[in-house]
Amino acid sequence: MTRSRYLGLLRKLGVIAITLFGLLTMTFIIGRLMPIDPVLAVVGPDADSSTYEQVFREMGLDRPVWVQYQYYLQAMLSGDFGRAILTGSPVVDDILRVLPATIELATVAILVGVGLGIPLGVYAATHRGRLGDHLTRLITLFGYSTPVFWVGMVGLIVFYAWLNWAGAAGRIGFAYDGMFESYTGFYLIDTLLSGNLEAFFSALRHIALPALILGLNSVSFLGRMTRSFMLEQLSQEYIKTARVKGLSERSVIWKHAFKNIRVQLLTIVALAYGGLLEGAVLIETVFAWPGFGQYLTDSLLMGDMNAVMASVLFIGLVFVFLNLLSDVLYTLFDPRTRS
Amino acid sequence: MSVLTVEKLNVTFRTDDGAKHAVRDVSFTLNNEKLAIVGESGSGKSTVGKAILRLNSPSTQVRAERLAFRDQDLLTCSEKAMRTIRGQHISMIMQDPKFSLNPVVSVGDQIAEALRVHRRISRQAAREAALDMLREVSISDPEHVFDQYPHEISGGMGQRVMIAMMVIPEPDIIIADEPTSALDVSVQQDVLDILTRLIEKKNISLIFISHDLNLVKKFCDRVLVMYSGQVVESIKASDLANASHPYTRGLMESLPSLRHRRATLPVMTRDPAWLAQGGAP
Repeated sequence: MTRSRYLGLLRKLGVIAITLFGLLTMTFIIGRLMPIDPVLAVVGPDADSSTYEQVFREMGLDRPVWVQYQYYLQAMLSGDFGRAILTGSPVVDDILRVLPATIELATVAILVGVGLGIPLGVYAATHRGRLGDHLTRLITLFGYSTPVFWVGMVGLIVFYAWLNWAGAAGRIGFAYDGMFESYTGFYLIDTLLSGNLEAFFSALRHIALPALILGLNSVSFLGRMTRSFMLEQLSQEYIKTARVKGLSERSVIWKHAFKNIRVQLLTIVALAYGGLLEGAVLIETVFAWPGFGQYLTDSLLMGDMNAVMASVLFIGLVFVFLNLLSDVLYTLFDPRTRS
Repeated sequence: MSVLTVEKLNVTFRTDDGAKHAVRDVSFTLNNEKLAIVGESGSGKSTVGKAILRLNSPSTQVRAERLAFRDQDLLTCSEKAMRTIRGQHISMIMQDPKFSLNPVVSVGDQIAEALRVHRRISRQAAREAALDMLREVSISDPEHVFDQYPHEISGGMGQRVMIAMMVIPEPDIIIADEPTSALDVSVQQDVLDILTRLIEKKNISLIFISHDLNLVKKFCDRVLVMYSGQVVESIKASDLANASHPYTRGLMESLPSLRHRRATLPVMTRDPAWLAQGGAP
């Protein structure tokens, strides 16, 4: 590794540190500006004034704001995010508990998005102006502009109520709850590892609809982006060179044009995945999916600031991490960023 | 028999402002020779090159009484048959290696690929052939250059890579579309020398598309002068001084000369009759 690459790495780490610091500060400010009384959330509406006063002081709220800020930073940096009022357990434990459900949902959704959206975008770009292209654009426009909660409800009516293909609320049928070992927290994997095929199919039936609906959103987004990235590449001179060589259209598209959009695609796939991890809030609500989105919504509605702030921080961390990951992959796939 | 026959080639672009007739009734035959097509920007010279390889965009209409490589008709043959023509029999050197090489594929892989499309050979054999080809275009450190990416090499080197890529399948015809105009003046001659040396050695016919009359008259055998989509003159390069068409003569007279002092270069007056006249005399 050269000197300049070390410097580049250092700079990247520096940027991450600054981003995280900014994030911590933002969450602190949001916490103070929220029209929610954090004391009231702890003691409840029936507490007398002396209890209220005591908790008020215990939470450090009688101190100047900058001292509070200092305490807050210290607590955060030592990994102490406090306890959630809703569950009474440390917020970190809560997040780790609900996370697998969301990761499982988001991962299946992004797999659908990548697996369908990218080929669809490539197809539309290579059939520009023809029927397939117009259809693709129509479908992706629909998928991109229709709110997920609406598609979710319609999906439930059609596929659960009428056709009974999909499972209803939750991650798995009641009968199978606790009927298999929890190795990873991902039901699709745990049920298979336990050898309980029936439970696996129940989990599959439950995840299919919400994941497909979230996936439809990713398909639309990734499809539209892929199409425009591909169109840009297909008009380049090197594509003509590839054709002059006598390459088949398939090789021209996948070996030449597509190789040039991998990097751009990686970035937006990473962002889309981050968006799914954070933004499945609506779909988790519609499908009663016990994941991170639902936890965040419940905490917000309860005014449970410890949980909310930790969740927001966590989302920020996810994005910082995904950005870092796509940066690393960038240098792996694009020789121009290496030298 | 001629290697390439073009009879009454017509190319029309469909644009938003109606059809544009870019190439009108262009006819020529190519034998084992170096043929230059010269003309100003927009005269249709590059369009002719693209039409031969059927690489025009789908909205372009190409018609001809005959367009044939040896006795194979290029207008009516299938896309699959066309792919065996491209690269293997007719290939094309593009103008600017900065854009015509794939930025994310190593130089060596791009050259080897040009061979592997048409021959069933192992990866290793293709690599060896590509390394040999790099040596032939006077690249001194082929092992190193093989693994480099286009952004890591200079323009002159890029164009030599381009030549290597198009010569490696040993085609019968190479169309070179302004292969030196994007290059630094100091390397233009080197690249040209390498190109002419290789096509003579491998017995390849050349169509050299250029706007530089001075350049082509030095090394080409025959010159087609195009003006506004038509061939107005077809003449031996050595005979250019005796050109008959006023446009060609005008171009020749506009060349500055070190030997003859002149007060001003003549301004070319374009006669609308040139357009109506059409065709080579």
